[in-house]
Amino acid sequence: MLTATRAPERPSSYLTDGYGLKSWLLTSDHKRIAILYLISITFFFFIGGIFAALIRLELATPAGDLLESDVYNKMFTMHGIVMIFFFLIPSIPATLGNFLIPEMIGAKDLAFPRINLLSWYIYVFGGIFVVYVLLTGGVDTGWTFYTPFSTSYSNTKVMAAAVGIFIAGFSSILTGLNFIVTIHRMRAPGLSWFRLPLFVWAHYATSMIQILGTPVVAVTILLVAMERGLHIGIFDPALGGDPVLFQHLFWFYSHPAVYIMILPSMGVISEIISTFTRRRPFGYTFIAFSSVAIAVFGFLVWGHHLFVSSQSVYAGMVFSILSYVVAIPSAIKVFNWTATMYKGSVELSTPMLYAIGFIGLFTIGGLTGLFLACLGMDVHLTDTYFVVAHFHYVMVGGAIMGYLAGLHFWWPKMTGRMYPVLWSKIAGVIIFLGFNLTFFPQFILGFLGMPRRYHVYPPEFQVYNVLSSAGATVLGLGYLIPFIYFMWSLKYGKPAGPNPWGATGLEWQIPSPPPTENFEVTPVVTVEAYEYHAQEVVEVG
Amino acid sequence: MASHATVLRHHFENGEQQKEASSLGMWVFLLTELMFFGGMFMAYLAYRQAYPDSFAAASSKLNVTLGMCNTLVLIGSSLTMALAVRCAAAGSGKKLVVLFLILTLLLGGVFLGIKAKEYHDKWIHHEVPGANFHPEDWPKNVDMSHASLYFGLYFGMTGLHASHMVIGVGLLLFLIIRANQGAYTPEWHTPVEMVGLYWHFVDIVWIFLFPLLYLIDPNFGRQ
Repeated sequence: MLTATRAPERPSSYLTDGYGLKSWLLTSDHKRIAILYLISITFFFFIGGIFAALIRLELATPAGDLLESDVYNKMFTMHGIVMIFFFLIPSIPATLGNFLIPEMIGAKDLAFPRINLLSWYIYVFGGIFVVYVLLTGGVDTGWTFYTPFSTSYSNTKVMAAAVGIFIAGFSSILTGLNFIVTIHRMRAPGLSWFRLPLFVWAHYATSMIQILGTPVVAVTILLVAMERGLHIGIFDPALGGDPVLFQHLFWFYSHPAVYIMILPSMGVISEIISTFTRRRPFGYTFIAFSSVAIAVFGFLVWGHHLFVSSQSVYAGMVFSILSYVVAIPSAIKVFNWTATMYKGSVELSTPMLYAIGFIGLFTIGGLTGLFLACLGMDVHLTDTYFVVAHFHYVMVGGAIMGYLAGLHFWWPKMTGRMYPVLWSKIAGVIIFLGFNLTFFPQFILGFLGMPRRYHVYPPEFQVYNVLSSAGATVLGLGYLIPFIYFMWSLKYGKPAGPNPWGATGLEWQIPSPPPTENFEVTPVVTVEAYEYHAQEVVEVG
Repeated sequence: MASHATVLRHHFENGEQQKEASSLGMWVFLLTELMFFGGMFMAYLAYRQAYPDSFAAASSKLNVTLGMCNTLVLIGSSLTMALAVRCAAAGSGKKLVVLFLILTLLLGGVFLGIKAKEYHDKWIHHEVPGANFHPEDWPKNVDMSHASLYFGLYFGMTGLHASHMVIGVGLLLFLIIRANQGAYTPEWHTPVEMVGLYWHFVDIVWIFLFPLLYLIDPNFGRQ
């Protein structure tokens, strides 16, 4: 099945192509930039995790005995800002997408390698602002920066945090731009759109949201800065503005941003399910187009964040219906993944465990989203822990599970080393259990009426909060284990070989870790990415 | 000219692919820019709809003549930019390319100069919200907080546009230096084309800004 020609001696990989710091910081190799991103987002993931730990620690008791209320406000704000803008948004696209898209389409690099490096520097520059905010007292507006609190009343570091997010947004735009051009123009001969891996389709849809949505939040931040810095009344009613306009502009980006986080995960899951069932994904074209449909409809649902913000009832009805419509392409994916597994030769490898976990958790997260899209129901559930549980099921249970699934799937490709299989399966189970213990009780809490963003609560809610905090401890431990064995595997892991999973994608036809130029000769593709039962697959060289 | 071969970056198969990638990349970038300005246009339209009279009153304080001059200047600069691209593509010699680029640069400079004059007038008349806003001899029935909102958006939108013009002027300077060194050939003059696209885009933004901001009702209160 593998017809890739391999040089007789071990080819020098991208990792051995220069060792100094300069060879990394001035690289234009998409694989090295992916590693730079991987290190940076891991840093921010643990920073955001520390805030989460402090929040759950405070909420273990009904009284505000660990953090004062204003410190607590800063904790959940910083948790949100760091996790969303500096971990989740760049997570899969900037690491796995960056590393894999050129390999999956048979290209030597992304279309604009230097812009790719620039995007990382922009990201780091934005990150420096956020670290500055952390070290000088934080910000307390919530990650949503609602006006007029953020523009006229908060006396924390709103401007610095906003500037950091503004800057990081351009890194996201440049990544999306690079992917769109690469996918259009850099595909190997014979690699037509419907032979592309679904991972690439998912990233194409994600990139569309990045380039169309991110500039809107950038200009919104600019308007906030104008109001806060120059006292030009745009959003503050006292100055003649309208705070609801801010919510419209903010959610026009920030709802689609949820799909920036989840779509790449869906791409990862499609690859993994196909590989470990040894089957072509059931309904390939439906999965491919459902990614695009999610990106398109995702732009038309922002109003469901404004059901209780003085939006007209009729607008609310339209947004409610459109929010239900987004559930259709999401459900298409879930049904097609399960249909792919049906009667397939399912192998419960580590990536597959994470992928199956993803399907379950994403389904719960998605279905509870429908509760919130329902106008009457949402009035009861708005700003309760039900909302918190819902979006953590999507962003942590969905996006991070998908990210970890992808990391476990392609780690052998990226590093050339295998991690300990038993430990990785144990970690997967711990994360799954810890996650559910953390966030499932929050659905109940929210339904019972516990509001989000308070550090004290009535004593009758304590039992669920203790369950949640206990779960967070398990979950935190679960995230540490992969970190440790991934580090361990870099030195002690056994060599993985080019294709440890017997997968068919182009990226598996080249050595692990890949050489700097990926392909010695541009491959000619004659079949689609999932030919698990064909004799001849891909001619490389 | 050997420059065609030397500018092909290693990860492209051929010059055609490289050129198509640059061109698509620029269009995608302009799409992003469109959304960037779009957010502010949206805010402007929402408030103009909400406070039509105050916006008309505040708008009538702008100098339509200068605005019209600037519109013509920018359209002229689009013409010279298009001619520069055309000359580079047709191989009409570097002198013509440099000439048209310099003309574009000069017209861009004139635009920014007139814009600065307009900003200065606003400052003198105390019509800069936030820093200096206590306008005199305005009709009594105009809501000053809404007029201030208009001028806030006016400075925001034209300021964002002017900052794009400044970036464009920088890009033109770069092109002029490179063109003078003979860097651009009929086979490879992608930077000239890309800056051309950018310049036209910035012009088009102004074509929308001018009527939206200046021409609500220039004779408001003077009938």
